[in-house]
Amino acid sequence: MNHWSFIIAAYVLTGLGTFGMLAWSFAAMRRAEGRVDALRQEK
Amino acid sequence: MHRLANPTRFLKIARPLTVFSGVIGALLLITGCYAGLFITPPDYLQGETVRILYVHVPAAWLGMAGWSGIAAASIVQLVWRHPLAGVAARAIAVPGAVFTAVCLITGSIWGRPTWGTWWEWDGRMTSMLVMLFLYFGYIALSNASEERTSVSRVTALYGIIGAINIPIINRSVVWWKSLHQGPSITVKGSSIAPEILWPLGLTVTGFTFLFIAIVLMRMRTNLAEVRIEARLRRMAQA
Repeated sequence: MNHWSFIIAAYVLTGLGTFGMLAWSFAAMRRAEGRVDALRQEK
Repeated sequence: MHRLANPTRFLKIARPLTVFSGVIGALLLITGCYAGLFITPPDYLQGETVRILYVHVPAAWLGMAGWSGIAAASIVQLVWRHPLAGVAARAIAVPGAVFTAVCLITGSIWGRPTWGTWWEWDGRMTSMLVMLFLYFGYIALSNASEERTSVSRVTALYGIIGAINIPIINRSVVWWKSLHQGPSITVKGSSIAPEILWPLGLTVTGFTFLFIAIVLMRMRTNLAEVRIEARLRRMAQA
């Protein structure tokens, strides 16, 4: 049994979960804070 | 703690802290994963699969730490009515659930070559799965509330009662014998060889900093959305 295929699968899944969560949170934050700034300028 | 009750003051601290946590977390994580994959030797019993340790253990730690954070924030909300406690609890729930799922999946991947099975209904794995469902319940309950900056009393109580599962997860390998190994790292020391153990400190710290960055970003998003709603309401009334 090749152990490296299991190791790679574990690392890829962890990377997807972590950096996916990080990217999603970052994009949502930028979008929300951008809207706040845009509304402030509209005033 | 109440000095941070003002969202504006909180944001002043959260903005640089988000960048700091993200950068430090990514650097530690990359270094720890590189060392864990290419520098440390294989285990004499498990062989190369021991390298899954460096992602599985931090995910388990963050799954449990996340729920501990929800329970602490729930107590702070119920007792002191801190305005940011509910925001923090909401922000922790989704990343906590993600890391709990990552822990279960990487554990399953590790189990196949080590134990010969993907899953075993033993105390550790079952209690961890229960925690994932507890997270799903918490997310559903907190989303059911229209109030965005706090969670309902029922949701806060659910967060506190759910913490009973944390010591069960921790002691499960002692109370019930199973395929899962016993505690390797305790307050008395570690049974893992130092040459295999050292990158674990880097990945645990790295993942923790990234978790903090994610929670801060989610808190900032929540606070920004509240501001948008308030401003739109004011504009509609004007």
